[in-house]
Amino acid sequence: MKTKIQITLNGKSTTLEVPNHRLLLDLLRDEIGLTGTKEGCGTGDCGACTVLLNGKPVNSCLVLSGELDGADIVTIEGLKIGPELDPVQKAFLQDGGAQCGYCTPGMLMMSKALLSENPNPTEEEIRFALSGNLCRCTGYAKIVEAVQDAAAEIRAKSVR
Amino acid sequence: MKRPEPLEMYQPTSVREASRLLKETGPGGWFLAGGTDLVIAIKEKGLVPKYIIDLKKIPGLSGIHENSDGSVTIGALATMRDLEISPLIVKQYPFLAQSAAEVGSIQIRNRATVGGNMANATPSADVAPSLIALDATVKIAGASGERSLPLEEFFRGPGQTVMRPEEILTEITIPKTSRALVGEYIKFSPREMMDLAYVGVAVAFARDEPERRCRDVRIVLGAVAPTPIRARRAESLVEGQILSEDVAAQAGEEAARESKPISDVRSSAEYRRAMVRSMTKRALLNAATAGQERISWVERRDRRY
Repeated sequence: MKTKIQITLNGKSTTLEVPNHRLLLDLLRDEIGLTGTKEGCGTGDCGACTVLLNGKPVNSCLVLSGELDGADIVTIEGLKIGPELDPVQKAFLQDGGAQCGYCTPGMLMMSKALLSENPNPTEEEIRFALSGNLCRCTGYAKIVEAVQDAAAEIRAKSVR
Repeated sequence: MKRPEPLEMYQPTSVREASRLLKETGPGGWFLAGGTDLVIAIKEKGLVPKYIIDLKKIPGLSGIHENSDGSVTIGALATMRDLEISPLIVKQYPFLAQSAAEVGSIQIRNRATVGGNMANATPSADVAPSLIALDATVKIAGASGERSLPLEEFFRGPGQTVMRPEEILTEITIPKTSRALVGEYIKFSPREMMDLAYVGVAVAFARDEPERRCRDVRIVLGAVAPTPIRARRAESLVEGQILSEDVAAQAGEEAARESKPISDVRSSAEYRRAMVRSMTKRALLNAATAGQERISWVERRDRRY
């Protein structure tokens, strides 16, 4: 009932023996100790558990560990490369794009995925991309602003 | 909400092997594609699989490509997101791309597969009406061979298809269609992509020049019968006609009569029928005026009402 998997987690190659039925979310939080990824609804509706699986944002609460061999996984802990925060992290901080913070890791991962595909999104495109990430504190205005500012920062950097 | 219980997982590398595994291992086995229905069934609906056969290691089941005869094949493991952003689909069948974009969030669409969605046979599945409107066929493979049939005949009821337990849907093919084909899918759901369709309407038709009479009209309804259904009497009211407000309204009336909705937590049957009437009319008129260009989700949403 266990499978040996080789995965790349936040840039590091790791071999693990995992119970097939363990959810990726639980594998990350309870077995590996990366508790930045949050569980909200558990049914793929709220986006709090969003991680990048093979470069694409997915709900980690709906992925079984037994299917992960060969996977590349990036969690909120791996968003920052090097000493500086990622532009989306900086922008959320600067714009107050978080209140209680519970949805924030998912918001950041989804925003990162959006900006990797589209560094110049319109407000509608940002809202469309984030429609699977629920925040119950704010009205999303500051979150959208933060994504816009992160986009501007990324574009400025690529020009420099 | 329950956590999954320990289970065996197989990762076969051919369809034949996968099919044989299920047949030989016996009851309690489930095929796994994207898992967005299966894992939720385990967590919320009391499903306890003894073993799971993951299909994702089988080569050749994903991807979307055009064949030499102009038909387009969608691999069963192509994701909803693949369908939504495929340049081929966006260019040739924008309303199909749009119907894929109506399914859940991007996170869900990155996992949910087109084949899995068909095999689970939810009456409200958003891409089913659009695919049926395009005369799509499905290929089904088992341990003993393959067969193809129209997608319209694939569904038997909620969660029911013509497949035997050990059979696997491997691909969906859209035959070459007229260049002048236009279409529209309207998902009527107050929470948009984050909830199931209360009513889904896909229409497709070609138009003769210079009169622009409608040909090969398809009107397909989702979520208002045990399976997606073609509203054939409504189609015949539009066939050969020049589309007008009146023609579209009559087709809407007829489609509403052909629908067989139920009342549930989302909506009453009566309301669903009224929405079939309005959405069919609107889908026909939108299809007639829509260019083939991709429109933003805001425009898409706004022209629904």
